[in-house]
Amino acid sequence: MPANNAIMTKNEGAATRPRLPLRRSLGSLVRPSEAGLKASHFRRPWLAAGLLAPQLLILLFFFFIPTWKALSLAFVQVDPFGGTMIFVGLDNFTTLFSSPEYRDSAILTLWFTVVQCIATLVIAGLLAFATDNVLRGRAIYKGVILLPYAIAPAISGVLWAFLFNPTVGPLAQMLHELGFAWDPNRRPFDALLLVSVAAVWKHVCYDYIFLVAAFLAVPASVMEAAAIDGARPVRRFLTVTLPMAAPTIFFLIVMNFVYGLFETFGIIDTVTRGGPAGSTNTLVYKVYQDGFRQLDLGSSAAQSVILMAIAVLFTFLQFRAVERKVNYQV
Amino acid sequence: MVERHIGLSIFCHVVLLIGAAAVCMPLYFAFVAGSLTVGEVQQVPFPLVPGSHFVENTVLAWNEGQFSRLYVNSLIVTTGIVVGKLAVSLIAGFAVTYFRFPFRMTAFWLIFISLMLPVEVRIIPTYEAVADAAGPLRALFDAIGLNGFVADTTGYQLDAALQWNMINSYSGLILPLIASASATFLFRQFFLTVPDELCEAAKLDGAGPLKFFWDVLLPLSRANIAALSIILFLYGWNQYLWPLLFTTEKVMSTAMIGLKDLIPVADAQPAWNIAMAASFFVMAPPALVILLMQRWFTKGLVDSSK
Repeated sequence: MPANNAIMTKNEGAATRPRLPLRRSLGSLVRPSEAGLKASHFRRPWLAAGLLAPQLLILLFFFFIPTWKALSLAFVQVDPFGGTMIFVGLDNFTTLFSSPEYRDSAILTLWFTVVQCIATLVIAGLLAFATDNVLRGRAIYKGVILLPYAIAPAISGVLWAFLFNPTVGPLAQMLHELGFAWDPNRRPFDALLLVSVAAVWKHVCYDYIFLVAAFLAVPASVMEAAAIDGARPVRRFLTVTLPMAAPTIFFLIVMNFVYGLFETFGIIDTVTRGGPAGSTNTLVYKVYQDGFRQLDLGSSAAQSVILMAIAVLFTFLQFRAVERKVNYQV
Repeated sequence: MVERHIGLSIFCHVVLLIGAAAVCMPLYFAFVAGSLTVGEVQQVPFPLVPGSHFVENTVLAWNEGQFSRLYVNSLIVTTGIVVGKLAVSLIAGFAVTYFRFPFRMTAFWLIFISLMLPVEVRIIPTYEAVADAAGPLRALFDAIGLNGFVADTTGYQLDAALQWNMINSYSGLILPLIASASATFLFRQFFLTVPDELCEAAKLDGAGPLKFFWDVLLPLSRANIAALSIILFLYGWNQYLWPLLFTTEKVMSTAMIGLKDLIPVADAQPAWNIAMAASFFVMAPPALVILLMQRWFTKGLVDSSK
């Protein structure tokens, strides 16, 4: 990766220019720009237009228009039968923010995402540290730990829903024997815990892959220098490896948040369906519930807009993370 | 490794063994459950060794869930997503890096912006877009007055002619999932690293852009294409929300939704053995891909997040 980016920077011309187009001024939208253009290129505008057409058309129909619609729907009130539309300004948002349900859902989502993020990162970090320090069986361990990546969130949900099913689940039976009144169908905390476990189980492998790569990338010379200075393995890990992997960790924190916020729909739908009593009704699940089950389109669109704002924020953070990673390594 | 500590080494193996066990435990219990009868699966304590009904349950689940059809659907949709996304993004990436034309940066920005919003945040409007794909065209014609104009001049009702519903169709399942620019961005990044001399040489030899693309760029991209196909295969096969929304008929839904339908609901007979047996053949294709192509998969994952 460092090599790739180094070449890319050269191609893009000035070294002072940021590598990612995000920071470029809006003026480049209209000014013809050489950025990201090969020095040796073709001048066939119509052919280029033809090559771009499929991508742009798909984006137009399934990205720009839906996004525009969500934005515009957020400011109107639609009756469930789609007959009439009244412009209501920010009413949908004010209703949303004053509704205790939405506030609960937001707080719950934040808790869920933070807990999931930290747990995933710590477990993956521990496993990656261990992988970095064993010689035998590394490939087998890796192969097994990577396996959940193949498993859909929905299937992860089904598996854990079974394991902790209060009547037949083997792990639930163990908990009952230990004296816990485990029942995710009735007890909100149990449901949230179950969803979190399924989410973490499915996502540890992702962080693990990146952390193993980041730990491996620490130059041997630095580790040797630390060892000569008398630092033992754990100390070396904490004072050399971790700081050098910090950009990757930052990137993973962002990615874990994105996963927790947007990609856990399948888990929630198969395990708890947002229940009991809305205790696992995360923001994304609520958009689906309100829009498709309750047919409250205005509110659902307003929720979509809020999620979009969050998604844009995280995309910026993600690019910052990638940029930092690059700067650090080159 | 600078020096070895036997204690640390043991500790690390223990950690990894616990980790591997934690990964396998749900799968093992699922296998045990899938090999029991309905009666056995409800007993307390839950048996720790598999029974002998796994094949039987698998066959039962396969037939009960109409998986012959759903599996084919999943394969078609996944292939469509992989091939479609690769094709669309390869040529789009080629266009934005190898051509000078007006609005090149505008096109790049339009593609780039779409990276920002995951599909999950625009569920409802995208559903509408699929249910009524021609709607935007009608709205556009309406806005610029083309409807009225055409109706006035020719008496032809454009509104009524422009209808296109993609619910319960393969295109409805595939197209919205292709609509993200991550792959285009990836190929753009890769094309930028391709030496300029190759294009110069191709031009000197009199090759046009398409020939250059086909004979030079595509072979060079083979590794990236392979890695990305794996990621896209997993992405497509594991889709849950879209098939759930876009298919109302059983014959058009995917294996993932078929599995969801097998989960016992509160009042029904707890046929977890059937659901668990089914979960194995639903997760088999992506699991095999990961096990057999681990190297490509890791490359694809790390690349696609750049």
